[in-house]
Amino acid sequence: MSADALVSQLKQGLDAPICLTWEITYACNLQCVHCLSSSGVRDPRELSTAQAKAVLDELRDLQVFYINIGGGEPMIRKDFFEILEHAEHNNIGVKFSTNGTYIDAENAKRLAEMNYLDVQISIDGTDAATNDAVRGAGSFAVALRAMNHLRDANFGPFKISVVVTRHNVDQLDQFKALADSYGAQLRITRLRPSGRGVDSWNELHPTQAQQRQIYNWLLAHGDNVLTGDSFFHLNALGESLPGLNMCGAGRVVCLIDPIGDVYACPFVIHDQFKAGSIFDEGGFTSVWRDSKLFLSLREPESAGACTSCGNYDSCQGGCMAAKFFTGLPLDGPDPECVIGAGEALLQSTRISLIPKPAMDHSRSVRLNAPTSVSVR
Amino acid sequence: MGAMEPVETATAYQKLGEVAETEATATKIAAPTVIEELLIEEISIDGMCGVY
Amino acid sequence: MTVNATAVTLDSACELHPQVALRPEPFGALAYHYGNRKLIFLKHPDVVAVVRDLAQHATLADALIASGVHRDRWPSFVTAISALQSSEVVRVR
Repeated sequence: MSADALVSQLKQGLDAPICLTWEITYACNLQCVHCLSSSGVRDPRELSTAQAKAVLDELRDLQVFYINIGGGEPMIRKDFFEILEHAEHNNIGVKFSTNGTYIDAENAKRLAEMNYLDVQISIDGTDAATNDAVRGAGSFAVALRAMNHLRDANFGPFKISVVVTRHNVDQLDQFKALADSYGAQLRITRLRPSGRGVDSWNELHPTQAQQRQIYNWLLAHGDNVLTGDSFFHLNALGESLPGLNMCGAGRVVCLIDPIGDVYACPFVIHDQFKAGSIFDEGGFTSVWRDSKLFLSLREPESAGACTSCGNYDSCQGGCMAAKFFTGLPLDGPDPECVIGAGEALLQSTRISLIPKPAMDHSRSVRLNAPTSVSVR
Repeated sequence: MGAMEPVETATAYQKLGEVAETEATATKIAAPTVIEELLIEEISIDGMCGVY
Repeated sequence: MTVNATAVTLDSACELHPQVALRPEPFGALAYHYGNRKLIFLKHPDVVAVVRDLAQHATLADALIASGVHRDRWPSFVTAISALQSSEVVRVR
C-alpha cells in the first residue's frame, strides 16, 4: 500500500482516534488574543475528577495511545496531577500544553518523575515585546521561567509551541535557537480564526508572502521541527511537507471539551462541528464511531469550487476551520489559499455572516490584537 | 462516488521505496519473482492535523 | 536514528519491544512505542501477524514460514523488520 493509499484509508476513519485533544478546563489565567477556545472563566459544567477519570478509562479501552491535554490552562485544575497519574496508570501517553505559570520548581520535579509525559510550553515571540503583545504582559518571562525549572529538574526534552503570526514569522530562526538552547523541540503551528482568533485574524494571520516564507523555512530547516501537520495548505507551493497532509478532524483526531462535548477538532468549537457528548448513550465510543457528523466527515470530500485547480491534491482545499470562521464555503478555497483564490473570494462576495464560536468563556477585560510590534 | 485518486508526489522524506509489483512473464523457464511491498510507514505522533 | 547494533537478517531471533502496543486496524495495525513516541503503520495484516509472533520463533525465517508468507515477499519483510528495528519497535533478542 502506497503512502497515498494509507491516507485514503485514514480519511475513511478508524474505530478509534489515533490521537485526540482533551481540553480539561475553560479556566485560564491569561487571555491570549487568539485563544482557540475563548478561555478565561471556568464553566460550571466542567467535568468532575471522577468523570475525567472515566473519560481516560474509555480511551484506554479504545486503545488511544496518546492524548493532548489543554484548555484554558490545564494546570489550573486542582486535580491536574491526579488526572495525569490516572492516564499514566492506564498506559495513555500524555502531552499537555501550558503557558507555564504553574510550573514551579516543585511541579517541574514532579513532572520529571512521570512516565509517558510530554510538556509543551506555548510562546508566540522570541522576546517579551512580540510575545506579550499577543499573550499578555509578563507571559514571556513566565514561560521562560517554566522552561528553566524543567531544565533544572532534568525533565528532559520538552516542546516549545508557537502559533505563527504576521509579527513572529521573521523570528523562526530564533525560535529554533531558543529550542536548541534548552534541548527542546520546536513546534510551529498555523493560526486559525477560531475562538477569539476570529477577532484578531485580520491583524495576525500571515500575508501571502509570509506563507511562502514559512513554507521555505520548513523545507530548509524543518527537519526536527514539528508542525502538527497544520501547514498542508502550503503544499501547493511545491514538494509536500512531512506529515499525513490531511485534515484529521473526525477521522483520526477529535476534541473532547471541558464539559464533555465532542467536536471534530479544537478549532471548530461550534454547533455545526459538534458530534455529540460523552454523556450520550454509548459514550464517547459511540460518538466517535456512529455520530452523523463524523460519518459525514469520513465520506469522500468534494473539491467543489477547487475542482479545476491542479493544486487540490496537494492542498486538499486547506482547513475547514479557516474557511468556516471567515465565512467561506467549505467546498472552496482556504482563506490563505496560496494562489490567492481565497482572498479573491473574500473580496468579491459579501460575507454576510461570520459564525460565532459556540461558547465564549473570555473574561471581560480583553487584550487588543497588535497591529504592529515594536521590538527594542 | 469513490475517493479521488490522489496524485503520487515524490517527497524527500520517503523512507522506503515506491510500491512495485512485478510478475514473471509466462515463459517455459519460470523467472524468479520478487514482490516489493511498502509494509510499514512511520508518522510523527504530532503529524495529524487537528490536535494541539 | 538508532544505529543497528545487529542487523536484522532471516536468521535473526527477534521480538516486539515490550514498550510497544499493537492496535489492529482494517489496513493492518498501528504500532506505538511508549518510550520513544514513535507511531508506525503496519500496512498489511501479514506483517502484523509476523511482528506479533516474532518472539515465538527461533528466527525471522521461521516466523515468516509460520505466517504463510510466500518467499517472493521475504525481502520486503526483512526490509520492514529492519526499519522497525531502527525505530526500536522490534529488537534482536
